[in-house]
Amino acid sequence: MLAFIPERQHQILEKGRDTYEMECAKPSTAGSVSQRSCVFCGSRVVLYPIADALHLVHGPIGCAAYTWDIRGSMSQGAQLHRLSFSTDLQENEVIHGGEKKLYKALTELIKQYQPNAAFVYCTCIVGLIGDDVEAVCKRVEKEQKIRVIPVHSEGFKGTKKDGYRAACEALFELVDSPQADYLTSAIHSSPPPTINILGEFNLAGETLMIKDYYRRMGVKVAVCFTGDCKIADIEKARTASLNVVQCSGSMTSLAKIMQEKFGTPFKRVSYFGIEDMSKALYDVAEHFKSKEMLQRTQNLVKKEVSVLLPKLTRYRRDLEGRKAAIYVGGPFKAFSLIKALRHLGMETVVVGSQTGTKEDYELLKEITQEGTILCDDSNPLELSRFVLEKGADLLIGGVKERPIAYKMGIGFCDHNHERKIALAGFEGMLNFAKEVHCTVMSPVWKFSPARRQYFAEPPI
Amino acid sequence: MKVLTRPKTSFISTRNACKLCSPLGACFVMRGIENCIPLIHGSQGCATYIRRYGISHFREPLDIASSNFVETTAIFGGRDNLFKALDNVIQQYQPDAIGITSTCLSETMGEDVELYLREYAKLRRTSLSPLFFYASTPSYRGTHIDGFNEAVCAVIKATANNENQKTNEDKQRINLISPFVSCEDVREFHRILQAFDVPYTLLPDYSETLDGVAWQDYQKIPNGGTTLADIAKMKYADTTITFNGDSANFPLNNVVHLPLPIGVDNTDKFFDTLKNITNRESATMSYERGRLIDAYFDGHKYVSGKRAVVYGDKMFVAALKSFLEEIGINVVLAADGAETDFETMLETIRSSRCSKTELADKPDFIIGNSKGLYLSRALGIPLVRCGFPIHDRIGGHRILHIGYRGTLNLFERICNTLIEYKQNQEPFGWTYV
Repeated sequence: MLAFIPERQHQILEKGRDTYEMECAKPSTAGSVSQRSCVFCGSRVVLYPIADALHLVHGPIGCAAYTWDIRGSMSQGAQLHRLSFSTDLQENEVIHGGEKKLYKALTELIKQYQPNAAFVYCTCIVGLIGDDVEAVCKRVEKEQKIRVIPVHSEGFKGTKKDGYRAACEALFELVDSPQADYLTSAIHSSPPPTINILGEFNLAGETLMIKDYYRRMGVKVAVCFTGDCKIADIEKARTASLNVVQCSGSMTSLAKIMQEKFGTPFKRVSYFGIEDMSKALYDVAEHFKSKEMLQRTQNLVKKEVSVLLPKLTRYRRDLEGRKAAIYVGGPFKAFSLIKALRHLGMETVVVGSQTGTKEDYELLKEITQEGTILCDDSNPLELSRFVLEKGADLLIGGVKERPIAYKMGIGFCDHNHERKIALAGFEGMLNFAKEVHCTVMSPVWKFSPARRQYFAEPPI
Repeated sequence: MKVLTRPKTSFISTRNACKLCSPLGACFVMRGIENCIPLIHGSQGCATYIRRYGISHFREPLDIASSNFVETTAIFGGRDNLFKALDNVIQQYQPDAIGITSTCLSETMGEDVELYLREYAKLRRTSLSPLFFYASTPSYRGTHIDGFNEAVCAVIKATANNENQKTNEDKQRINLISPFVSCEDVREFHRILQAFDVPYTLLPDYSETLDGVAWQDYQKIPNGGTTLADIAKMKYADTTITFNGDSANFPLNNVVHLPLPIGVDNTDKFFDTLKNITNRESATMSYERGRLIDAYFDGHKYVSGKRAVVYGDKMFVAALKSFLEEIGINVVLAADGAETDFETMLETIRSSRCSKTELADKPDFIIGNSKGLYLSRALGIPLVRCGFPIHDRIGGHRILHIGYRGTLNLFERICNTLIEYKQNQEPFGWTYV
């Protein structure tokens, strides 16, 4: 597959044609118009859902403005995460340092909004002008008597993945809080089976759905990182005896830290699609080696699937034989989507991610058909070409990918963190089918000039 | 409450900002030039965030390249990254121009982008070399509107020294610097200028690049935009009309600063200026003015004495305020987003400092971009969406605000929002209002 930029040649591969190994996990090529964001974005999206914390972005206004209300994460109770706070650094502060302003801003905001903890996000220039953010945080922590945690998320210091890591490190500060009561929150002290969920962000209330599945299995959830998450919950995390990691790209590093420090084992799961959702539950049941729990899990899955499958039939009837393209942040979601689409009779012809590893792409190669295009850290020109060449009827991605589909008259499903529709779990699979069906089967595509040109058969 | 002053706040931080950073404004100017692509010299996130923010409003592809700084770039400088980015952008997009903007990161590092660009031009000179526009837009200086104006200046300066000659066709030539308005507004500016039948340059023009047709083939850079030929002619236009405020210091002859043409009075000023320059009148425009005034008469009772909160960019807010007062609406708070934020607005309204002389204790509606939804929900009053951004409705980029027709559109939106609100509050669903 020919890239527009020679340097990206080996980040694109057509299964069955190209024999080289995928290149990936490297910084974006300058001038490529990557769909990736920055370190700050990685940290911001992971910590964003913590609803009773103050999230203060230390830097000029842009970074805070563009991430105001950026996620569809819901919270029961506190809603402080939905406000956007910035130190709004001006030229003078860039010259003389922003520490004073940060101190004043933190103090006034904590007094006004009474958060249970505060996160201070360092943006690009904070790393450059050398503000001692740690010292300011420590001072305010002492004075205000709440945890104030610096997040080292300077935009240029790596990729979004490094931002995930910085967020996980910040979270561990709270997990391992010296202020926590060691009597009530000793390591693995919760009566099993108690788990933590990592990388589930309560988009459209998904965390509540998933927690309910575990409840029906007889499993307690100590804390979900970071869906519907409160600071007091986080301090309970170490009492759980298993970590279940859903968005593995963002939160495996926290699971690894907890494994190292507390000996808490972890399992990678996915809550998308029928097989992966079921497996996520069975894996937990197997971990706790309880026959009763396994039985309850079987009953749960059987019940949910028997309700779901007949409902999917009518969508599958219409969608059978149609083709999909997937471009997502982490490839773990792509695995689930490929399987979920097969339940709807659809094959995946293009699949790519912003942050995949060699192993991820190997696995993608395994589970896709001959001729499928795999791409890493792709851009709009590549994606639009792949989608058209492979005749995709649907593109799954985020807001940035949406106009690529719509401009060419192709269906689109938002599977990113901004979405407001629950797509996880068994109910989510039904919503996913409805979403895909309503876009792919829309009669408006008959007016698409691109489809008339590229597609042998005109759409319905 | 005095308008356009900073409502009193003791807060040092910005809470729910009503402004954006300067590279955003610059990128939209670059997007309004034919076959030009914006390139941000800084971290990858800046380009991606601005793209995402813009795509949610325009619902169009919005490719913005980045020189993609990494940690070593911040230490050793961004020259190599910029060169590579230019190489790759040229290879991928074959642009006629590249609009480069700086960021807080590259500015703080002291990057001499203009020098880099001269070096690059020397090193890679080919017949296909695109033109470079460079706007210095550190995000710690000013807002997106300042970035927008800075980019317009950069474009004008870059083409000021070319050698083409004024021809007879360019007699009475006008420049119109389009402020940061909707795509429909830009089209309306074209229609108005065409009605006066004079040669003109309208800069920037993203009316098609950011609101185009459904495509047959994927367009690397969408069609449309001010042509480089038209930009080259700007230097010998007799008059330049701008609505961007006195602070926008465009390096052109005879710059006339006008209020944004929203409302009869403001639009009259614009048309009077056009009349004076061209010695022409437009019967169509006079008719549209009459129709607007007729609509004012028909709808005045729905708005008379109502209380409004206006917020957004300074020039936009000033024009809206003048329009609202013209139709008998009492503007209780007019907030310049550069000076104040949404939380401060909410606190100001709640503390009733803005309603000392009024009987009612809260405004009847708020008018501005869709981020005011929080304000609207907190106060329990309707929001009339206009300006930028509109992230929660379809067609925000096609709202017409300017001229007599734009004013008519806004007037009807306000009337109908108030009518609908009242209708929803009433126990009966009256079908006549």
